[in-house]
Amino acid sequence: MSKAKLMQGNEACVEGAIAAGMRFFAGYPITPSTEIAELSAENLPKVGGKFIQMEDEIASMGAVIGASLTGLKAMTATSGPGFSLKQENIGFASLNEVPCVVVNVQRGGPSTGLPTLPAQGEVMQARWGTHGDHPIIVISPSSVKETYEFAIRAFNLSEKYRVPCILLMDEVIAHMRERVELPDPSEIEIVNRKKPDASIEKYNPCEDYDGDGIPPMASFGDGIPFHVTGLIHDKTGFPSTKPEVTQNLIDRLMGKIENNLEDIIDYEEVLTEDAETVIVTFGSVARSALRAINLLREEGIKVGMIRLKTIWPFPEKVIQETSQRAKNIIVPEMNYGQLIDVVKAAADSKCNIVGLNKYVGELITPEEVMAKVKEVINRA
Amino acid sequence: MTQQRMEFRLSGSGGQGLILAGIILAEAAILDGKNAVQSQSYGPEARGGASRAEVIISDEDIDYPKVSKPEVLLTLTEEALKKYSVDLEEDCTIILDSSIENKDFLNKGKIIDIPILKTAKEKIGKTIVANIIALGALVAATKVVSKEAIEKAVLARVPKGTEELNRKALYAGFELVEE
Amino acid sequence: MRKELEKYFRANRLPHIWCPGCGHGIITGALMRAIDNLKLDKKNICIVSGIGCSSRAPGYLDFYTLHTTHGRGLAFATGIKFAKPDLKVIVVTGDGDCTAIGGNHFIHACRRNIDITTIVFNNNIYGMTSGQYSPMTPKGAYATTAPYGNIDRNFDLCKLADAAGATYVARSTVYHVPQLIKLMEKAIDHKGFSMVEVADICPTYFGRKNKLGSPVKMMEVLRDSAISIKAAEKLSKEELVGKIITGEFHNEIAPEYTEEYEKTIEKAQGGC
Repeated sequence: MSKAKLMQGNEACVEGAIAAGMRFFAGYPITPSTEIAELSAENLPKVGGKFIQMEDEIASMGAVIGASLTGLKAMTATSGPGFSLKQENIGFASLNEVPCVVVNVQRGGPSTGLPTLPAQGEVMQARWGTHGDHPIIVISPSSVKETYEFAIRAFNLSEKYRVPCILLMDEVIAHMRERVELPDPSEIEIVNRKKPDASIEKYNPCEDYDGDGIPPMASFGDGIPFHVTGLIHDKTGFPSTKPEVTQNLIDRLMGKIENNLEDIIDYEEVLTEDAETVIVTFGSVARSALRAINLLREEGIKVGMIRLKTIWPFPEKVIQETSQRAKNIIVPEMNYGQLIDVVKAAADSKCNIVGLNKYVGELITPEEVMAKVKEVINRA
Repeated sequence: MTQQRMEFRLSGSGGQGLILAGIILAEAAILDGKNAVQSQSYGPEARGGASRAEVIISDEDIDYPKVSKPEVLLTLTEEALKKYSVDLEEDCTIILDSSIENKDFLNKGKIIDIPILKTAKEKIGKTIVANIIALGALVAATKVVSKEAIEKAVLARVPKGTEELNRKALYAGFELVEE
Repeated sequence: MRKELEKYFRANRLPHIWCPGCGHGIITGALMRAIDNLKLDKKNICIVSGIGCSSRAPGYLDFYTLHTTHGRGLAFATGIKFAKPDLKVIVVTGDGDCTAIGGNHFIHACRRNIDITTIVFNNNIYGMTSGQYSPMTPKGAYATTAPYGNIDRNFDLCKLADAAGATYVARSTVYHVPQLIKLMEKAIDHKGFSMVEVADICPTYFGRKNKLGSPVKMMEVLRDSAISIKAAEKLSKEELVGKIITGEFHNEIAPEYTEEYEKTIEKAQGGC
């Protein structure tokens, strides 16, 4: 039976992660994500899981990958500066298809920036923070309840596709407390990584046995010795510099995402059918947008919202379709303008696409969204 | 009748337990089957100086999670009153501790001036429960949650062994407003 | 190769990438002999490395092997050991990998006393990138990035490990293989963090740049400059210049990290 309770965003993240099967957390304290480490330290040993505070963010990411290679579901949590430090090893996880969840609670940047205040400045870093072409999934919750659900989804997607999944939060969602009703554990769908068939005579850790682009994953300690390297490698897992090997690997890695967009991409449409102006948004800003839409509709203004739950892979299709229908698209973001470039690239050129950018450590307000909508409508 | 969105700001100096009071108020609302969101200021601001917790309570879903025009301001210090009274709703309720001398600048709302800190010190004998007395006063003045819910929420949050003390404090808060 | 050692190697991955005269093969061979002598189950061993010449060793060895990012071998290894304490975890690393980019992870692994054995292939130079100075390059030596002589002071890695809290610390050389194998056996057998520094040779870069002659000549230098801890105690500071002190510097039993965490789990679950 579900039961309503007041819960903080960071707390919901840990509850969701443990419900998803997280049994390992390595981290380093950083505001505004620290409660995630603290609650993991408290709650993981209760379920026989492991918590370790590492010497830095780089080590935390390394330890998470090491733990995942032994078969544990592993997570780390951080904010801007720490997210930057984790990037090299996120790339390692991406190349080696090591499932793991990285929570980034966005705060004001760049550099140390505004440690206690919200921002959405890592839309692009979450996608392209580590060097080289690589697959990654980024999902972003807009409420405490969704933080719980998305922590579970982050593990499920990561395990299913063997890619790092970034849970992109922001300070507003992380620190606010809100009513949530947790589902009964029996109702939660849990996905576990594919294991190799015991009958495989010679296990190739990077061989696409099933033709779905996702190799089954053995664990260190399972009895089958295998090699893992950050070098480009062939299906045996050993290094190769051959062009065709490199191409096959990168194509397969990217294909895991590209061939499963329907499953990975998730968004919510609010009052978009007749909307002349559509707000494309995510995270806490979506809450402001929703209030603005409710108030504007009372005034008879035809405005709607596409709230991105999955940010990467970017939901191009719905943006393209919407842009053919709507006159205006407004992209409010707590940054100087990041998501808007992707929206523009996906949208029909006839659609008027306008940003609403705030990068002062404060949540965009409903009044600001309303004012922008009216400005855009009146200008047209 | 469904209750519309109502915004509360609880303020004082860091260490007076107003963030805890905000959490308890939100939990009481949930016990009453309502929706609630609580948020607070973080960082140096939260330690010493003026500090605040904000709570939104509604029977409906809460879209925007931040307080923009508080309908209820509770404040225990002059510094917090000055800092947090600038954006109040016209038709607001301001619950003030009597120790605040300079309040003539307030030009709107209903002012409830009651000796919260004095009651904590003299009647209960523990200044630390001022936040619970304040909660009692706020609930009695606004009726935003039931007395049963706030009592249950208080008892669920306070340290073991201090339940009686806090119950007494809560009731003293009710009385300050109802007398 | 000795017949009984073949099972530890991935023969199809050989020959290795190391230059003629390089000491890395000797260290890798010694490690396999130590594992063989200890009669460890190879399906229970995980070998982890960072980046560099020495970090290529795991690719040739038939265990669970992990070739990580530069300097981070110990961070990954900590995750593996902590997640699965039953695994025997060995980190192979070079002087640059371990003491420069990985220096922070190294001292913290020492401090935690987590049951990992670290073998440091110390050839005093960055070989993979062709001859830059490392924190283990002696003062005054030449490197491509120290064309006028190195002014950096080098670490004494055994002292560093000891001070940081490692509970088993030893040093040997690629010339003194029987001693090296013995020290490796003791390190692997040790419960807690153990480190064996191996004075190694890089004839291609360190040797050429410093005009040290052939690999044989460099081995002879190792032979002649190695001195036991006991013998070193009798020498003055001046007399010790250029000497390599070998042997077991530290060996103590102290609470091990993963075992301590088991107690944390018991506490969290309401036990004692």
